[in-house]
Amino acid sequence: MTEPLLELIGINKSFGPVHVLHDVNLTVRAGEVTALVGDNGAGKSTLIKCVAGIHPTDSGEVRFRGEPVHIHSPKDAADLGIEVVYQDLALADNLDVVQNMFLGRERGSGWLMDEFSMERAARETLASLSVRTVKSVRTPVSALSGGQRQTVAIAKAVLWDSKVVLLDEPTAALGVAQTRQVLDLVRRLAEQGLGVVLISHNMADVFEVADRICTLYLGRLVADLPAKETTHSQVVELITAGRSGELGLARPEHVTL
Amino acid sequence: MTDSPAKTETPPPPVGGAISDFGIDTTSQSTREAIGNYFARLRGGELGSLPALLGLAALVIAFTALSDNFLTLNNTANLIAQGAGKMIIAMGLVYVLLLGEIDLSAGTLSGVCAAVMAMHYVRDGNLLGGMGSTVFYVFVLGMVVAAGLAILMRIWAGAVLSLIAVAIAMLGVPPNAWIEMLLAVCVGAAIGCITGFMVSKIGMPSFVVTLALFITWQGVILQFIGEGGVFGIRTSPILFNVANGSLSLFGSWLLCLIAAGGYAAVVLGEHFRRLRKGLVTRPTPIVLFKVGAVAAIAILATWALTINRSPNPNLVTIQGVPYVVPIILALLVVGTYVLNRTRYGRHIYAVGGNAEAARRAGINVSKIRASVFVVSASAAAIGAIVYSSKAGSVDPQAGGLNTLLFAVGAAVIGGTSLFGGRGKVAHAVIGGLVLAVVENGLGLLRQPAAVVNIVTGLVLLLAATVDALSRRRAAAALR
Ligand SMILES: Nc1ncnc2c1ncn2[C@@H]1O[C@H](COP(=O)(O)OP(=O)(O)OP(=O)(O)O)[C@@H](O)[C@H]1O
Ligand SMILES: [Mg+2]
Repeated sequence: MTEPLLELIGINKSFGPVHVLHDVNLTVRAGEVTALVGDNGAGKSTLIKCVAGIHPTDSGEVRFRGEPVHIHSPKDAADLGIEVVYQDLALADNLDVVQNMFLGRERGSGWLMDEFSMERAARETLASLSVRTVKSVRTPVSALSGGQRQTVAIAKAVLWDSKVVLLDEPTAALGVAQTRQVLDLVRRLAEQGLGVVLISHNMADVFEVADRICTLYLGRLVADLPAKETTHSQVVELITAGRSGELGLARPEHVTL
Repeated sequence: MTDSPAKTETPPPPVGGAISDFGIDTTSQSTREAIGNYFARLRGGELGSLPALLGLAALVIAFTALSDNFLTLNNTANLIAQGAGKMIIAMGLVYVLLLGEIDLSAGTLSGVCAAVMAMHYVRDGNLLGGMGSTVFYVFVLGMVVAAGLAILMRIWAGAVLSLIAVAIAMLGVPPNAWIEMLLAVCVGAAIGCITGFMVSKIGMPSFVVTLALFITWQGVILQFIGEGGVFGIRTSPILFNVANGSLSLFGSWLLCLIAAGGYAAVVLGEHFRRLRKGLVTRPTPIVLFKVGAVAAIAILATWALTINRSPNPNLVTIQGVPYVVPIILALLVVGTYVLNRTRYGRHIYAVGGNAEAARRAGINVSKIRASVFVVSASAAAIGAIVYSSKAGSVDPQAGGLNTLLFAVGAAVIGGTSLFGGRGKVAHAVIGGLVLAVVENGLGLLRQPAAVVNIVTGLVLLLAATVDALSRRRAAAALR
């Protein structure tokens, strides 16, 4: 096992009276794909956004390469080398593909952006993802299909020299071939030594690419298991009931005894 | 802004025989395809400034048929100078509209700038005497507060301009047309800092903030000028010539050369560099046609404006391109450059298109939101200089009446969306021309102000309807 790249320790997060995350511990290791699974509303996206600096956490610690870090803004996360593909994609409809991919990190000086180099880099990254259906990288995002947008969002995240990539349901809107590409990409990123977190509701995909499977149940991280030693049905039970045999939440009777 | 290096080497092509280039991604298209795409975009609801251009052509034809005096050289030059001030205010408003915000105070705010500028001239640089000590110190304090807010928001340009306004007021600089114009712009920028702070940091809706300020500034103008008062600036040759003077014949042709040549150099230079590097380009024939058309229009317009257009040619000679044309062109170039080529402009579009995405991309959304009000207010001050010059005086109505309606209307009629994210500075110029033609043409037909206002209002309503419908159409195209 490699050393932890990103560690979340005891993360708590509430939205007003709603306590969404309870003492969540999660470890992301370099060169591994960590799958994060859980039912709708379990808190997966919220956890990702806390790491990305979009939501402040109520308590808990984030460590990056063993050092405690404070991520107060998306820029802090990007500076550490953490890239995120959001579930809602977060693309500006009125900008084109290149402009979206480099948003906030445009090349060139502030007074004159280097459009040529940005366009070329965007094209190369998209080509490596086998995006075959986008007519031109200068197409405004408003003219793209849902799947094409998702590919742009993924390309945006892998464009940068990042250390950790967090993907929130990156294949939800993709066709068969594109899903294949993204799963290959996920593996490839891990092989390049990045830490990858993949959120997905598709168990076949999860078992195919993940090294470890972490299950969130009602805002609690109930299990962190090696994918090889876990069965399909165990994960499904963990997701729906929070426990499976001796795994997961302690049985109620254990608590009362 | 970090510029962390992107991977120079692309990841190896995925296994499984996937096509590793863009199949149908194209960098170039044929002229026929490009024209086809253009019509497809029109059908998809992206009308741009096409309705405004068609409307402009229709109006020109109609007024030419109805009035012999409409399409004369003198009236055309006059029409441009009449509309220029409001057109410039509209150019600044485009920045605010791009964020989906509104600045209802732009009109009366420009009146405040005009009043301060004219007072400085009329009172020989003694603003303290002109305002009375209490009002003067409140005014200076306001400018200092504006500078403080700008520093708090890290809008350095706004802070510097506000402090220059304080300096000019406190030092009692002797009257000088250039100083007075600078003062107007500085006062405008300072007011913009205050508006921007209230909208973006305090978080009040811009509609409410600027509606309140609209009335406030109207009162301030009245306080500065006094009931029934008027500041004449006709006697200052420079201030008066801004909107009433013209370039020399040599200057006119030089301007034509710089404008047409500069446009051609920039457009063709970029086009061929893109072609060479294999990047996305438009078809060469279309680019050449555009460059040629701009050059032809520039030469034709310069030729027409260098003819003596005086109503009695034997007594006086009026010829040359009016100064307002280079002023508008310069603002158009700067405004467009900032929006299209600088990081700041890109971020304005991003915040207007999807503020949450912009925030997640690390953009300081609240700073951008505040800054557009500074841009808009500064542009409004420049507009104030131009319309005051045209009138030759500043009275308590300056910037009031339909100034704001005209400015917002110009931007929206030109094709800038009220919903944010879509718009260009050029839209303000095209829309401004439409409204200037309406105002001037109805005036020639001896229609009363009532009719002019009703028609102007209805044209704005029509443009807003087109905007809303095309937006719905664009949204429907996505489903
Ligand atoms: N901004 C917010 N304000 C208030 N409540 C929120 C907010 N964002 C999320 N929540 C709540 O937090 C809980 C977890 O939401 P989250 O989006 O993290 O779920 P998820 O695990 O990503 O679900 P899904 O699989 O549907 O994407 C939900 O109950 C949701 O209502
Ligand atoms: Mg989610």
